[in-house]
Amino acid sequence: MTPSMNALEVDIQRKVFASPDGGEFLALSQLRFSVPRGQFCCIIGPSGSGKTTFLNIVSGLDTGFEGDVRIAGQPPGAGPRLGYMFQSPRLMPWLTVEQNVALVATHRAVAQGMPRKLLEQVGLAASVDAYPNRLSGGMQRRVALARAFVNEPPLLLLDEPFVSLDTPVANRLRDLLLDQWRARSATIVFVTHDLREAIQLGDRVVFMSATPGRVVLDVPVPLDRPRLAEGPEVEKFREQLLREHPALLAGLEASRLAEGESVKRVAVGGA
Amino acid sequence: MRLASFIALIAVWHVAAWAMTSELFVDDQYQRVRNAIYFPSPVAVAQAIWHAATHSSGLTRNDINLLGFSFTTSDLIFNIYQTLRRAVVAFVFSMILGGTIGIALGRIKALNRFFDGWVLLGLNMPALVVGILCYIWLGLNDLALIVAVIINKVPLVAVTTREGASAVQPDLLHVARAFRLSRWQTLRRVFLPQLYPYFMVAARNGIALIWKIVLVYELLGRSNGVGFMLANSFSMLDVDLLLAYAFSFICVVMLIEGFIVRPLERRATKWRM
Repeated sequence: MTPSMNALEVDIQRKVFASPDGGEFLALSQLRFSVPRGQFCCIIGPSGSGKTTFLNIVSGLDTGFEGDVRIAGQPPGAGPRLGYMFQSPRLMPWLTVEQNVALVATHRAVAQGMPRKLLEQVGLAASVDAYPNRLSGGMQRRVALARAFVNEPPLLLLDEPFVSLDTPVANRLRDLLLDQWRARSATIVFVTHDLREAIQLGDRVVFMSATPGRVVLDVPVPLDRPRLAEGPEVEKFREQLLREHPALLAGLEASRLAEGESVKRVAVGGA
Repeated sequence: MRLASFIALIAVWHVAAWAMTSELFVDDQYQRVRNAIYFPSPVAVAQAIWHAATHSSGLTRNDINLLGFSFTTSDLIFNIYQTLRRAVVAFVFSMILGGTIGIALGRIKALNRFFDGWVLLGLNMPALVVGILCYIWLGLNDLALIVAVIINKVPLVAVTTREGASAVQPDLLHVARAFRLSRWQTLRRVFLPQLYPYFMVAARNGIALIWKIVLVYELLGRSNGVGFMLANSFSMLDVDLLLAYAFSFICVVMLIEGFIVRPLERRATKWRM
């Protein structure tokens, strides 16, 4: 294999799960794309399109698939450690904030004082010795963000990391993420189901279909940075995409609508 | 408050002991003598403790061999030392063995299905049966005693740890794998901390159970230790001595609880505050 400039190359032919009735469930099919070094790539798709399955394959947690995945030319699980940020912070409650970050840090990162440095950069200098359950949800996510960056990984995977947060808190975290991305010229794969978020953050948005998941649309985001979360440019580009690809994005919007409805129903039931 | 309640207990005991030997309450003088022997006052027990702590009766050979030093002590120190030694060894081994078995059963379903019956059998086996069998099979020695205590205690530890191991959150193990922590780091920093509360419960129950079982087994087949001395005072109808050993040993157990178990527990659960 020739050394490539791509931080991530994905060529997954098939990913199959055994379904409970004894049959097979095809989660991913012909999923192909690559991410050049330094790019902020957002992946968006309806719920259940296999986005998390895809991340599990890239991070080396799931090795049972047909095809090939390369991270800076190496298979998943080899090479340097990746950064990972989950939907929930997933901090160890028995470790302090700094211990949580140091836990996943390499010897080199610890020797360079990276855990403390990153925690200071995300504004947690005063809380390094606190236990996670003393922190707010937003602060816990900042710890998770610092943890994801601590080894200055060649590739960062983020799985809807800012869901279920208040808008201002989420926006602050998005800014912190962009700061870190710029400062460390990292490559980021950011999975979300929020088109606005994807447009605000990404250099590029990759759209996945409903299962079996594959790439149905791949668009660069031509907007200048910094972009405002609720700015008119983001909104304009979003409407343009929805206009040009109504069929492709119907699933996405439908799933959003369904979520909205279910929320409403819960609220009525509660009252 | 605690001290006051303790003093009150001693006071009630003292008054009761005095009343039972007083002409005011008991007419029969022989009954008064019997009461004095069978229901000693706190003062008599304190004297017995002091006597046992400073004298050697010759009943046991009071040589202690510890860390290469050997020295001769009094009855009380020697017998408490023997009992503690047995309890500590049995405790350490049953925690390690029971903990390992519990983790294996909690993590591997097939293993749990297969051995569940064994665990149940172990839990319900009377301690006395185990003790007698071990003395018959292994002889009247410390090894038999310790093995018997371990057999008693292991199922209890295993059941508690099994519960903890099956409740371990996959989310956090996922983090360990995603960041490629080594097996050792995953075990020590991610997996085992989730079991600490269960270990603490097992340890606490273990201490309470083990020292009682050790006493019974000493009574059954050893020629020293607190259990042996209790059996001895029973056959001599020496209630002073019996209570002297009982109280001394309770004190030792409480000291262990206060100075070893509680601080460890506080350390393990600091993050919950």
